[in-house]
Amino acid sequence: MIVFVVIAPLTFAILMLLLSNRPQIQRWISLLASATILTIAVLIFRLTLTNGIQTIQAGNWRAPFGITLVVDTFSAVMLVISGALALILAAYSIGQIDPQRTKAGFYPLFFFLLTGVNGAFCAGDLFNLYVWFEVMLMASFVLIALGGERTQIEGAVKYLIPNLLASTLFLCAIGLLYNMVGTLNMAEMALRLNHVQPYGQVTVVAVLLLIAFGIKSALFPLFFWLPASYHTPPVTITALFSGLLTKVGVYALYRVFTLLFTQDAVYTHTLILILAGFTMVTGVFGATAQTDMRRLLSFHIISQIGYLLMGLGLFRQQALAAGMYFMVHVILAKTALFMVSGIIFELKGSYNLKKLGGLYAAKPSLSLMFLLPALSLAGLPPLSGFFAKLVLIIAGFELQQYLIVAVGLFVSFFTLYSMTKIWNEAFWKSTSEDAHTTVARVNAWLWVPTLALVALSTAAGVLAAPLYGVCQMAAMQISNPSTYITAVLGAMP
Amino acid sequence: MLLPGYVFFLILLSALTPWLYRWLRGRTGTLLGLLILLSAVMLWGWWLPSNIQHQTLHTSFDWATQLGVAFSFHLDGLSYLMAVLITGIGGLIIMYGGAYLANHPSLPRFLTIVLLFMSAMLGVVLSGNALLLFLFWELTSITSFLLIGFDHDRPNARAGAWQALLVTASGGLAMLAGFALLYITSNTFEIQTWLQHAQDIQQHPLAPAAFILILIGAMAKSAQFPFHFWLPNAMEAPTPVSAYLHSATMVKAGVYLLARLFPLFGSLPIWGNSVPLIGMITLTGGALLALGQTDLKRILAYTTVGALGGLVFLLGLGTPIAIKAMPVFLLAHALYKGCLFLVAGGIDHAVHNRNITELGGLSKAMPYTALAAVLSSLAMVGLPPFLGFIAKELSYESILTTGDPMLTVLAVIGFVAMAGVALWLGFAPFWAKPARQFHPHAETPPLYLPPLILALCGLLTGIAPQTTANMLIKPAVMAISPQVSTVKLTLWHGVTPYLLLSALTVLLAGAMYPLRHSLIALATRLWNKVRFLGPANLYNKALETILAFAAWQTRMLQSGYLRFYVLVIALTTIALTTYTAWTRLAGSFPLPAWTAPRFYDYVLTAIIIIAAITVTRTTSRLATIAMLGAIGYSIAILFMLYSAPDLSMVQFAIETLTVILFVLVIYRLPKFIQRTRRIPNVSDLIISLASGGLMTLLMLLVSSHASESTVSDFYSRNSLSNAYGRNIVNVILVDFRGLDTLGEITVLAIAAIGVLALIQLTLGDKETLSIPQRKIQKSILLESSALYMTPLLLIFSIFLLLRGHNKIGGGFVGGLVAASALMLYAIAISPDALRKLISIKPRLLVASGLFIALVSGLIGMLWGKPFMTGLWLPQTFAVIGKVGTPILFDVGVYLAVIGVVLWILLTFAKE
Repeated sequence: MIVFVVIAPLTFAILMLLLSNRPQIQRWISLLASATILTIAVLIFRLTLTNGIQTIQAGNWRAPFGITLVVDTFSAVMLVISGALALILAAYSIGQIDPQRTKAGFYPLFFFLLTGVNGAFCAGDLFNLYVWFEVMLMASFVLIALGGERTQIEGAVKYLIPNLLASTLFLCAIGLLYNMVGTLNMAEMALRLNHVQPYGQVTVVAVLLLIAFGIKSALFPLFFWLPASYHTPPVTITALFSGLLTKVGVYALYRVFTLLFTQDAVYTHTLILILAGFTMVTGVFGATAQTDMRRLLSFHIISQIGYLLMGLGLFRQQALAAGMYFMVHVILAKTALFMVSGIIFELKGSYNLKKLGGLYAAKPSLSLMFLLPALSLAGLPPLSGFFAKLVLIIAGFELQQYLIVAVGLFVSFFTLYSMTKIWNEAFWKSTSEDAHTTVARVNAWLWVPTLALVALSTAAGVLAAPLYGVCQMAAMQISNPSTYITAVLGAMP
Repeated sequence: MLLPGYVFFLILLSALTPWLYRWLRGRTGTLLGLLILLSAVMLWGWWLPSNIQHQTLHTSFDWATQLGVAFSFHLDGLSYLMAVLITGIGGLIIMYGGAYLANHPSLPRFLTIVLLFMSAMLGVVLSGNALLLFLFWELTSITSFLLIGFDHDRPNARAGAWQALLVTASGGLAMLAGFALLYITSNTFEIQTWLQHAQDIQQHPLAPAAFILILIGAMAKSAQFPFHFWLPNAMEAPTPVSAYLHSATMVKAGVYLLARLFPLFGSLPIWGNSVPLIGMITLTGGALLALGQTDLKRILAYTTVGALGGLVFLLGLGTPIAIKAMPVFLLAHALYKGCLFLVAGGIDHAVHNRNITELGGLSKAMPYTALAAVLSSLAMVGLPPFLGFIAKELSYESILTTGDPMLTVLAVIGFVAMAGVALWLGFAPFWAKPARQFHPHAETPPLYLPPLILALCGLLTGIAPQTTANMLIKPAVMAISPQVSTVKLTLWHGVTPYLLLSALTVLLAGAMYPLRHSLIALATRLWNKVRFLGPANLYNKALETILAFAAWQTRMLQSGYLRFYVLVIALTTIALTTYTAWTRLAGSFPLPAWTAPRFYDYVLTAIIIIAAITVTRTTSRLATIAMLGAIGYSIAILFMLYSAPDLSMVQFAIETLTVILFVLVIYRLPKFIQRTRRIPNVSDLIISLASGGLMTLLMLLVSSHASESTVSDFYSRNSLSNAYGRNIVNVILVDFRGLDTLGEITVLAIAAIGVLALIQLTLGDKETLSIPQRKIQKSILLESSALYMTPLLLIFSIFLLLRGHNKIGGGFVGGLVAASALMLYAIAISPDALRKLISIKPRLLVASGLFIALVSGLIGMLWGKPFMTGLWLPQTFAVIGKVGTPILFDVGVYLAVIGVVLWILLTFAKE
């Protein structure tokens, strides 16, 4: 069952490749395809809820000899989110992606990217994870460059090089780990790493992986590629990236730092906590300095990554659950904001806050569609960001990590500052003379998916209880690696 | 059920207002106001007193239990008093607002947000759960933000709204942290549970911290020094909003919260040390600041600050008499100050002027407004028989019982200033000599009735003090401090010290009236001199400094230079890894046993190093490519020497193809520009050496103890017997780890799309590079040899593919060889000829390769096996050996590789 969530996007990508000359058909199939992927993800999610961790030994070679695909609750949640985003953004792309880009391969790339993302969420083998990261990296690189505008190419190069460095480090770390324990299967690796002597060398490799995934998830001080590139492609692509790319990096960090590298947590997880604090602050500081809406939102991605890492760094079941809930929250809210920015661009032909204005008077419902996810990001109740921050604060207090809580609250203030800055400039301020309204009515392909995501994001807050319950369950699983190991390798030897 | 139901009803009403407006138009405000007043009277005046004993009511629903949030509502005397004010004044305000903004295009939006605010404010005082309270609390901040910035075209309105939001919300963050700390101590967010376990919580070491954080939240919301500065700036709001939010209700939320938590925190030493002090500074400061204003609304704002300070001061004292004084003062203030704001609004509406030094002579045109103003101003001065008088008496009594002369002096100064200002406000606009001729519109009932009603309430509550005490004050006092059981309010106590103080206050205030012009001028000058010391200035400076730092830091970090990014990443990697190795290995650095290097190793390593250095120094692209090729081939040879012939072969093929492709495009690239300095940068050199050295050391470290891989052993045992292949590398690629290979050919396919997209699609500014056209001489020798070589190589590639499972070869190498053959054909003859020859589009070739690989994995699933399970035919064939789905997979790889190379090649050729 679980393998379909990887095969399906790959199949659709190939199909799209065959249909490259038929943009109209591609669009409709992309809707159907992403709906299928979402359905599969939901089915898998239900399966993991009722039957626990799902595994597949690809090629029917028993673990640790073949490649294992594993879906636990955490993975399943991520799969559902990626499926939902795929559906929403596939619809949004119909109103946004131009015919040239469609012809040049937008849809195959879209589904190739999903293949990589879903593959990464399922990977139970470190090298296999690397492969899916490569699929993702290549697809995202081409998506950024697709269209060949001058800024895009510049952005794409600045995106590619640091990410290639990350891949190199990742590969080196895999090599080193294989040398230590002679396996690539993560469950088996988890068992064997405990016996490596001296253990310090494991910690060194853990730090190497932290840096590799840290680049991928845009941690301080490794995030440069993100603000350099995210504002360059069409907003559908930015929205897709903001929802999925860095989050796969964070997912990988959560996975390896709960499964593989837990023996020296006082060192490694404190390091993560420190990096998390700096990431939050530098991200939000970057955001306050921007006047371009998409750049501002891009810097916010970094800042929010800091909160996600705070959950991992605190390294307590409740904190991990909070981090996961935060992940769901931030994916929904941030993607929604990017989609709103796309609508604004459609209306006003600009992302520049200095040129924008008058939207509150002209488009009250769009204003609400902005305000809900924006305030959610700033952490106002009863929106999802509030609960996410609340649980992190409590977890931080319980572990007496007052400093990181203070940093989190400080950053919260500036998040509110920069969100309301957008509001003041784009919505409240009256339109200046030179700015022109290009279209009066917004294409339904743009606003319907956006509305859907805003609704989903709001629901994530109002219906916090069941969602947080799932995150708690997922956190319980990942903080007890033996469950995972048994599911992959069979009964413990 | 009733409480949440009522809050929900108001939210619903708010949501429906835009539609109601379409239907009711100009009457919407009046009708909505009446509806709310009616519902309030029914609920608070009739149903509740007759159905609920002791006026307490508790309802709770689950929301997110594991997060500590519940829809828990609690009504007691304190919330009752607040709720009556919120709905009562709210109804009047909505009536008034409908008339005040009758010609404003956004009137429905105004009514919607005011109603939403009313629901939120009601929610604050009815919440039994701290998080629910926080929810409503923040909602009042947001609605206040939207209302202050109601006239959002004006930059000042936007700035005032923004400042108010940021200050109150930062207080809110502190408060949330305080609640979280209380949660740590008590494991609940239920306020009543906190109060019941007050003793335990007070003894917890975190209690003072929790208190300070919550206090900060309350101070920010209730405009206490040093957070008070947002309130005068919030006067950018339409006047009904100022009357309602920024005087009567929202700004009292902080006071409410402190009163609510008084049983919990009131006995902490830090409460007594901080709260009265803050309150007194705010009281005197606010009152004195009010003297330096000319705008009616700003005067009122500062007196509101002063009054809020008074309320906090009384709570801070915490004596029974102070606890009695607080709700009386709160009620009296809400009535007279709300009224005076509405009067100011009425004046503004009539003459479009709010300057107290200019206004005058309006009593004829606005008699009812004038009446309301006089009544309220006398209440504010504290004359009998107004409730304001009783409030002042009780306040003075509370202060005098402390026996602190300093406090008394400060309080008298504050009260005198406020009383003086009250007289200016109540009389000057109506009877003073105007600075210029005004032509006021006639006043209308919706604009003078609400203030008049408020003023009369202030009078009636004073005339019947014991009714007021029994209905509103006593229950509130008992909710704050259950020990206080009797509340008696009277107008006449006999001649007491506080009566004398009251009289003194009135006299001094009366003396201030004729001096107002010079007093205002004096105070304005004085305050302007010390403005730079004020917290408003500090706040702005702090925010500006942080923002400037943020901008600077961002410019530094996000510099725009890729080389800087790479440098930082490299430095971080080196620093973190080295530090970790240094501390975690603590000196024990085991090294592996060395085997003596062979001659070839030296030679190849030397070639690689020299080539690598040359690459960084050369300015010629051709040389770069040649050097990279040299590195690649050397590595390929190393693979061969260390007995990995398959890897070696793939590496050779890839290097060859890369070099050819590079050569094809090299003439199309722009001129090479030397960006780095000719002389190598020492720091760059150190960093690159450190990176290389680090990786080497890590390799040595992990090689120090032999890996106990069971995997390779398993592969060598199972390769032939279960996967039917002698070539283990190939079996790994197509069977054991076939999924990886599937991923990798996907990467190839994406890369090909990328090349196509990058070369063919250039949108936006079409600044394409001018490409020098060069005529390439064809070689006849090459052409004729290609005609023979191509088919031979193709056959060889198929041979490689088929034998791959057992001997050196495989789909990857086969595909590369075939692609090289076709490339040779294209170069020697022409790309068009190649296009004709293969007749299938490379895109389809890639897709079908991927598809075949995918399908080969799916076949097994038809028989219920996992994805990628190999199925084999029973027979054995020549050359190939066993035939099964992994072989089919390899065919897919083969096709995909050919497709990718051809796609890239033909895309280049097309340009």
